[in-house]
Amino acid sequence: MSSKDHPYGILAEFDNPADLMDAALSVNKAGYKHFDTYSPFPIHGMDDAMGMKPSGLGWIVLVHGIIGLLGGIALQVWSMDIAYPVHISGKPYLNFPAFVPVAFAIVILLSSFGAFFGMFFLNKLPRLYNPLFNSSRIAKATDDGFFICIEATDPLFTVNKTTDFLREIGATHTETIPN
Amino acid sequence: MSQNIPMVPDNQLVKGNHDFASLTKLISEIPQERTPLWWYIAFGISNLVLAIMLAMIAWLFWNGIGVWGLQQPVGWGWDITNFVWWVGIGHAGTLISAILFLFRQGWRTAINRFAEAMTVFAVMCAGIFPAIHVGRIWTIYWIFPLPNSMQLWPNFNSPLLWDVFAVFTYLTVSALFWYMGLVPDLATMRDRVKGRVSKMIYGTFAMGWTGSNRNWQHYEKAYMILAGLATPLVLSVHSIVSFDFAVSMIPGWHTTIFPPYFVAGAIFSGFAMVLSLMIISRKLYKLEDIMTLDHIEKMNTIILVTGNMVGFAYAMEFFIAWYSGVEYEKFVFINRAFGPYSWAYWIMITCNVVSPQFFWIKKFRRNIALTFILSIVINIGMWFERFVITVTSLAQDYLPSSWGYFSPTYVDVLTYVGTFGLFFTCFLLFLRFLPMVAISEIKGVLPQADPAYYRAQNGNTKSNK
Repeated sequence: MSSKDHPYGILAEFDNPADLMDAALSVNKAGYKHFDTYSPFPIHGMDDAMGMKPSGLGWIVLVHGIIGLLGGIALQVWSMDIAYPVHISGKPYLNFPAFVPVAFAIVILLSSFGAFFGMFFLNKLPRLYNPLFNSSRIAKATDDGFFICIEATDPLFTVNKTTDFLREIGATHTETIPN
Repeated sequence: MSQNIPMVPDNQLVKGNHDFASLTKLISEIPQERTPLWWYIAFGISNLVLAIMLAMIAWLFWNGIGVWGLQQPVGWGWDITNFVWWVGIGHAGTLISAILFLFRQGWRTAINRFAEAMTVFAVMCAGIFPAIHVGRIWTIYWIFPLPNSMQLWPNFNSPLLWDVFAVFTYLTVSALFWYMGLVPDLATMRDRVKGRVSKMIYGTFAMGWTGSNRNWQHYEKAYMILAGLATPLVLSVHSIVSFDFAVSMIPGWHTTIFPPYFVAGAIFSGFAMVLSLMIISRKLYKLEDIMTLDHIEKMNTIILVTGNMVGFAYAMEFFIAWYSGVEYEKFVFINRAFGPYSWAYWIMITCNVVSPQFFWIKKFRRNIALTFILSIVINIGMWFERFVITVTSLAQDYLPSSWGYFSPTYVDVLTYVGTFGLFFTCFLLFLRFLPMVAISEIKGVLPQADPAYYRAQNGNTKSNK
């Protein structure tokens, strides 16, 4: 009842990656903002068709890398020169060439954490509940299905008009997803 | 303009008449079908061997490292040999998943999951040896950057400490890379499995992945960044492992050729290991359409290249020993080839330099039986390479009065054999429960995955651009 009145969105299925890309471009041109496409693999060119901004993940990784570099150098300077300087076979306390490998490893380690956890953070994953899984067809998106979902939060969204629009641009099947 | 340039067509990456659905079925059904009998037998044997390893390590902890064949002057024996060998094997996974990704080698998708799993397990096996060879195992935490009870910190001038950071970073990054690649495929498994419990477990690890393009965008970016980070990492890890030797003042170790020579050897042995495992698995799981003869041929080409790089390094070591004019250096190399360890040296040369020469011939590159045999021969050879480097330089160095000869004990042998138990236990669990081919990536290299494929068929009528 109430889920009928307030659906999550309309899910439309398309035949193949090319149809999905054309449809995504039409949805984008029609002015919809809250929509997404679902496919078993990334389709190249889809980001442009959907009018998406480039991913900001690189900046997250850069910040992590810089923290790793500064932290790696600080750790070695602190322990070798400040906390307890030990004279080791005539080497200087601040032996920077010897600090390169460890600092490098820490840069890579922290940057990888940045890339890995940053990806999940930007994707808002893990997610405990997603209304999309109320659909019986969305399981095909991890197999051979190609979908567009226009969400109800979009200002242009109305159940009937959006469904008609999606059928018009070539959807083979449409379905209202309850919330 | 690009349409006018005729391209040399590469062989089809996936053989047979596969579409997206049939690939999903082929790969995702393997973890769902009844566990085959051979799996139980192999898993049982692996567990037994793993138990032997644990018993040997317990025996070592109880008695101290005197139970190994180590004594003066040979303080590094099978332990370090095994460590370098296992880490080296691990390098193939990252090479395939990261470097071949950056070079846009589509064929890597058939084997990258497999090779990355092998990397993680091989590095786990490798990590055991430096951890248990310290003697006083209860002070193992001294390898971490913490002040000890006397406020003394570890020595950051030492390559042994660099090694700790490099190997730990390598294991972590490989595991992250592997897991991230698994997420979309775990979602595929979640949507396919029948049982409630298995659905929940796959679902938990799939993190709620939907295949949304807004997610794929960040995912692909993260994948590229991780590949870009793993590439210098994989080259640095074995370089740093080689510093364990090269930074010391032992003749035969103190050479600048070690980092590239170790990295080439690592890739060489790693590809051989991937081939050994792949040739068995593709047969057992009927994945010949995905892991094709073309893959075997391409990998054999890499083996030939890296094998010759290793052979060149052997020759160059001899040349530099002579050219340097250092008496000790000259002696060490002549002693390696003709001294008490000459048997090990010539096994190494035969396995690593002579045997890959078969792969100059296309017929041999595409011969599965020969490839399988040579892949094992190469790994035996690479073990001997590390043995020759580690032991011969220590056994006869400066003063003839302190020369010695290393013989392993049964504990040495069984600990090494036991690591195969750990490796295969993990690997069999991987084959049984996880999709062993990257499903989403292999779909991405099908011609049907490219929108242009349909536009060409429809005569560009549907294109909006």
